[in-house]
Amino acid sequence: MLRYLIPLGIFITLVIFLAIGLGRDPHEIPSPLINRAAPTFRLAELKEPAKTFSSDDMRGKVWILNVWASWCVSCREEHPLLIDYAKSGAVPIYGLNWKDKRDDALAWLEDLGDPYVLSVADLDGRVAIDYGVYGAPETYVIDQSGTIRFKQIGAVTEDVWSKKILPLVQELNRQGNSK
Amino acid sequence: MTRLRFLSLLLICLIVSLAVAKDAQPLGEDPAVEQRLTNLAQELRCLVCQNETLADSRAPLAEDLRGEIREQIKAGKSDKEIIAFLTQRYGDFILYRPRVTYTTYLLWFGPFVLLLGGLYVLFHYIKQRRELISEKPLSPDERRHAEELLASVSGKGPA
Repeated sequence: MLRYLIPLGIFITLVIFLAIGLGRDPHEIPSPLINRAAPTFRLAELKEPAKTFSSDDMRGKVWILNVWASWCVSCREEHPLLIDYAKSGAVPIYGLNWKDKRDDALAWLEDLGDPYVLSVADLDGRVAIDYGVYGAPETYVIDQSGTIRFKQIGAVTEDVWSKKILPLVQELNRQGNSK
Repeated sequence: MTRLRFLSLLLICLIVSLAVAKDAQPLGEDPAVEQRLTNLAQELRCLVCQNETLADSRAPLAEDLRGEIREQIKAGKSDKEIIAFLTQRYGDFILYRPRVTYTTYLLWFGPFVLLLGGLYVLFHYIKQRRELISEKPLSPDERRHAEELLASVSGKGPA
């Protein structure tokens, strides 16, 4: 009896492990930057390259940094949602235009609408490397102290927004106001 | 027997072969820097393709990261510093050779535990078999009986 039960037991364990493994998205690599200070950057603004924007300008505010590019297909998918969320005024959304051509990026915003308070141009992708970006879109929630509190890899969905990002932003704002 | 077969099959599955790929060196750069870059990039995973090393990948991000590593090498950073720079941003996932930490003990030592388990089962099995077929000298009665049987078959008397 035992000689049949042992292989069966091993087999079932293997199946359980494989089932869990298959259910995971291998493209979601956990970021080591969660709960770490967001890397500071100063970059030229996309629309007005003469002006620069620094992540330090956002100290004391909860904000969202969204990595996007005109060549990125999933960005197009999440774009209408971002516009809705920007209109709701829940949290300011800033764009990091990643390795894009300026004309393409501007045309993209012209066509599809601009949800961003402003976008900065990361032409050579150096800031994106600091943020551990490996595929657009990626979205970071950064708190008042400049700490990354959440990272969404891939397009923001309604589910992610209403269940994760929005409650987190509200909680951070509540904590910030009580201080 | 089935258990033994199963375990040996499991062991065969665990033997992983190593493949080493070399790519062409870009010309016109400092060869020492390029050599270090290639060595380093072969230890690092391309995050976009995931099953390719940074050295082999043609993804734009891999090119950016190679550029970043090249600059850091030229700036005199050690391999350790460069790997720390990358893992701070991309996590341990970027390392092709996982670090030995408590979360990877099973990964590193699991195969050896299985190997030891297999060896234990194997020795146990062989020992059991040896006991089963161990030779027992015949008692005088048995010997006489055997000789009678032989004699009755061949028709001749005992030698």
